[in-house]
Amino acid sequence: MSWTTVCSIDDILPNTGVAALIEEMQVAVFRVDDTIYALANKDPFSNANVLSRGIICSIKGTLVVASPIYKQHFSLEAGQCLEDDSVSIACYEARTEGNSVQIRIAH
Amino acid sequence: MTDKQRLLIVGNGPVGHQFIESIVESGQSDQFDITVIGEEPRPAYDRVHLTAWFETREADSLNMVKEGFYSNNNITALSNEKVTEIDRANKVATTDKGEKYAYDKLILSTGSFPFVPPVPGHDRQNCFVYRTIEDLEAITAAAKNAKVGAVVGGGLLGLEAAKAIKDLGLKTHVIEFAPRLMAVQVDEGGGALLRRKIEDLGVSVHTQKNTQQIIDGNDCIHKLQFADGAELETDILVFSAGIRPQDALARQSDLEVGERGGIVINDNCQTSDPAIYAIGECALWGGRIYGLIAPGWDMARAAADHVIGSSEKTFTGADMSTKLKLMGVDVASIGDAHASTPGAKCYTFIDEKAEVYKKIVVTEDGQHLLGAVLIGEANDYGTLLQFALNKIELPEHPESMILPALDGSAGVGLGVDALPDVAQICSCNNVSKGDLCAAVQDGAMTVGDLKACTKAATTCGGCTALVGQVLNAELTKMGVEVNTDLCEHFPYTRQEIYHLVRVGEIKSFDELLEKHGSGHGCEICKPTAASILASCWNDYILEPKHAALQDTNDRFLANMQKNGTYSVVPRMAGGEVTPDGLIAVGQVAKKYNLYTKITGGQRVDLFGATLDQLPRIWEELISAGFESGHAYGKSLRTVKSCVGSTWCRYGVQDSVGKAIDLENRYKGLRSPHKLKMAVSGCTRECAEAQSKDVGVIATEKGWNLYLCGNGGMKPRHADLFASDIDTDTMVKYIDRFLMFYVRTADRLQRTSVWMENLEGGLDYLRKVIIDDSLGICADLDAEMAHVVDTYQCEWKTTIENPEKVKQFRSFVNADKSDKEIVFIQERGQIRPATEAEKIADSDLIAVA
Ligand code: SRM
Ligand SMILES: Cc1cc2nc3c(=O)[nH]c(=O)nc-3n(C[C@H](O)[C@H](O)[C@H](O)COP(=O)(O)OP(=O)(O)OC[C@H]3O[C@@H](n4cnc5c(N)ncnc54)[C@H](O)[C@@H]3O)c2cc1C
Ligand code: SF4
Ligand code: FES
Repeated sequence: MSWTTVCSIDDILPNTGVAALIEEMQVAVFRVDDTIYALANKDPFSNANVLSRGIICSIKGTLVVASPIYKQHFSLEAGQCLEDDSVSIACYEARTEGNSVQIRIAH
Repeated sequence: MTDKQRLLIVGNGPVGHQFIESIVESGQSDQFDITVIGEEPRPAYDRVHLTAWFETREADSLNMVKEGFYSNNNITALSNEKVTEIDRANKVATTDKGEKYAYDKLILSTGSFPFVPPVPGHDRQNCFVYRTIEDLEAITAAAKNAKVGAVVGGGLLGLEAAKAIKDLGLKTHVIEFAPRLMAVQVDEGGGALLRRKIEDLGVSVHTQKNTQQIIDGNDCIHKLQFADGAELETDILVFSAGIRPQDALARQSDLEVGERGGIVINDNCQTSDPAIYAIGECALWGGRIYGLIAPGWDMARAAADHVIGSSEKTFTGADMSTKLKLMGVDVASIGDAHASTPGAKCYTFIDEKAEVYKKIVVTEDGQHLLGAVLIGEANDYGTLLQFALNKIELPEHPESMILPALDGSAGVGLGVDALPDVAQICSCNNVSKGDLCAAVQDGAMTVGDLKACTKAATTCGGCTALVGQVLNAELTKMGVEVNTDLCEHFPYTRQEIYHLVRVGEIKSFDELLEKHGSGHGCEICKPTAASILASCWNDYILEPKHAALQDTNDRFLANMQKNGTYSVVPRMAGGEVTPDGLIAVGQVAKKYNLYTKITGGQRVDLFGATLDQLPRIWEELISAGFESGHAYGKSLRTVKSCVGSTWCRYGVQDSVGKAIDLENRYKGLRSPHKLKMAVSGCTRECAEAQSKDVGVIATEKGWNLYLCGNGGMKPRHADLFASDIDTDTMVKYIDRFLMFYVRTADRLQRTSVWMENLEGGLDYLRKVIIDDSLGICADLDAEMAHVVDTYQCEWKTTIENPEKVKQFRSFVNADKSDKEIVFIQERGQIRPATEAEKIADSDLIAVA
């Protein structure tokens, strides 16, 4: 699939996330300074679509988002859960083109 | 051919896997060619927590084999393959795929299989057992078209299966042959109480029922007919009538087996053929089958030890004590629970009101504990188990061990210091007090560290509290000061950061991080800093520079619920609300189809709003005259009131008016934890003020002020701080008290805990607040005045600013709500649908 533009970079406050809907898939899009990351929005521990609303953290050098429900951490670069090796969530390609925030979902 | 020894493990369950792990941990795995063959479609998974599969419905979540474990250690692991024959003479095993595997040592870890009573009809459709992931998948699929489920067998596993069926939304029955539930673990009295508790949960219990046959039902798929003539209809049937050791291979190859099954083993876990070992639930040691995981793991360790040629560890029996939470009910059984030791005497304590049953069994001379049964409350399990296992001498009145602690007198606890080093603290993983102490000496600082390096508390969790106590005792002994840094980003305590912010006039997190911290921050320091910045400067908390710091609840000015929706709590100061106000709240709730409930804090909570609905809901509430109730903040929640002198014939002051004044004064104040207050109109104390952070009770002459009370997890009676004071004095004291608490407390420390840790206690606090012993009162007064003067309703500020409202979109690129949020109608209102209901897809209600 090609790149989808979801919003402008100014639509995301620095160091926060927003949720985007791409072909009915819920994607959490995070802005750390001017870099964009994209993960699945579903928190696998609660099954609620909330990860975009988590706090962005750095834990021992890894950038992560803390789930707002039970506070597990997921790495922004790989979707890996820090608390449980066996859990990881989908991670998508993300970039900015000018002011546009773009996501690509591989099928 | 290699010259390595060939180890063949038959059965890849938790015990077989532990065997392989023990070999790898010994560091000698390169001397062996290891092959493990399992009949199930996947390698070892955590059968003990099988029921947790329902939480995610992903087999992976139970996996016990770390990624890369097999490949890194050159282990061949085969799934979906069953060993059907052993040729002992030639040392070859054959599988159902016709493959042959030669071995030097064979390990049988074939576990057990559920016993299905051979009643006619037991093999009808929709009849299941409860042992594997596939069983659970099949039960879930069948539940979609079922209304009623029944479990045959009221033992530990049967009740667990019943809970699962109940959670799938079915009407649930448990059928037991014996006269009581969990007959193996509990005695008659305990069984009766357990039954009542299980029935309270909506599960029907039928004891003394002998199923004769299963035939077609009238309303359901099956009808069970019992020996006493009774009948029961059900759509799904789960058999949980005990387990039988899986010893088919041993029988086929003429190994010695027990009369009632089980492969006979010695202390090294060898069978009658020294080249063949048996471990776990298929093995019979000392005439006994152990149906628990911990003994299985001990056997695995003993066998591995013997295979590598050391015989340090042997298996010499195991303790069968258990503590569990069945359907939310605590149940524990220790040692000789049935008092079968000659001369044994019992003490029983029953509290019918609280539904608690406790029994201890002691030796004839009353000196030692033999066993115990605890139902309804099992806090003393750890202590009692230590008394039994270590033969610690009982106190003069053994009954004091189970009698509730009466006012003031502390219960008979067992200081961990009293335990010998050999005392087993974690029985699942065989970790002794000595092991834990050694780990602490080696640098373990937290329970998490101890879990990682000793495995203690990682299985059933029953020993967690005790592990924590050993840790603290040991740390204290070593004179270790526990690390008080807020987190990895700030080498300071919360108090220190508060002072850095205040004195350095720091106005943003970025500035704080740049001057005093490192990294990006995290979910601990960001909300803490946000709270401190708000206590000091009281900016609008969704300013761009603050928004990213807030915990979810503060970030969206509402409390997140389990399904990602929010609750909405308008302020009703003092619990007072006009009829028009109530109608307006009701209309909003109706329009957005929100679940409506009166809270424990004297106001109304509306649940189930999606992110995008929040600003619209608040716009309507604000135009009806409401303000944010700050239910989301670490800030003032409510000031409860009683009706007081305006109506009540006993009231001596206007408690409602006073509560409203206090609530309006302190609303919005951000603090280390939430704050609660109450005002009662007379000494009868109908507002329960003495359980609040700030409690005020009216007297003939003025007010009595109580501080640092707490309900919640660890209730604390508030201390009487000052008596018969007038309103102005009271407000002055509360101002100072709150600001002093904000300055000095730890993150998430309620005033009660803060007070417990305050050196000098109440007297010291009086000196600071009343006598100004620290000379800070003027500052405290000014700080509070600033907060009071700069109050704003955060929701009002938000809805007035379109840029802020945009932050509440569910999707940045689509004007929609999350369609995975669905509800179910219950008692005339919505509630979140459970995962099972979502799958069953019946009667789901989408967002309004
Ligand atoms: C809604 C309410 C229950 C109800 O339906 O009645 C409630 C709901 C929650 N309480 Fe509570 N508590 C509610 C009254 C209480 C009370 C009773 C009271 O205030 O008189 C107590 C005991 C009194 C006390 O705090 O001393 C209480 C003690 C707790 C505690 C334990 C605090 C402690 O110090 O031990 C927590 C956990 C915590 O704060 O860490 C908690 C936490 C929570 C949380 C925030 C848990 C969570 O993170 O999801 C709940 C979410 C609120 C929401 O709206 O989504 N709630 N909670 C009550 C709201 C009152 C209000 O109008 O604001
Ligand atoms: C729902 C549930 C809850 C439980 N709760 C607890 C608890 O709270 N505490 C506790 O201590 N215990 C509990 N148990 C018991 C615990 O799970 C068992 O003690 C443990 O699984 C035994 O491990 P095992 O490896 O000996 O046997 P199993 O787990 O049965 O593993 C044996 C494996 O061998 C395979 N196998 C058998 N024959 C062959 C063959 N011929 N060829 C190839 N493979 C074969 C089987 O398919 C199986 O995968 C619970 C069990 C269940 C089902
Ligand atoms: S506390 Fe006193 S005034 Fe208030 S309702 Fe109770 S009896 Fe009446
Ligand atoms: S006793 Fe079960 S985990 Fe420690």
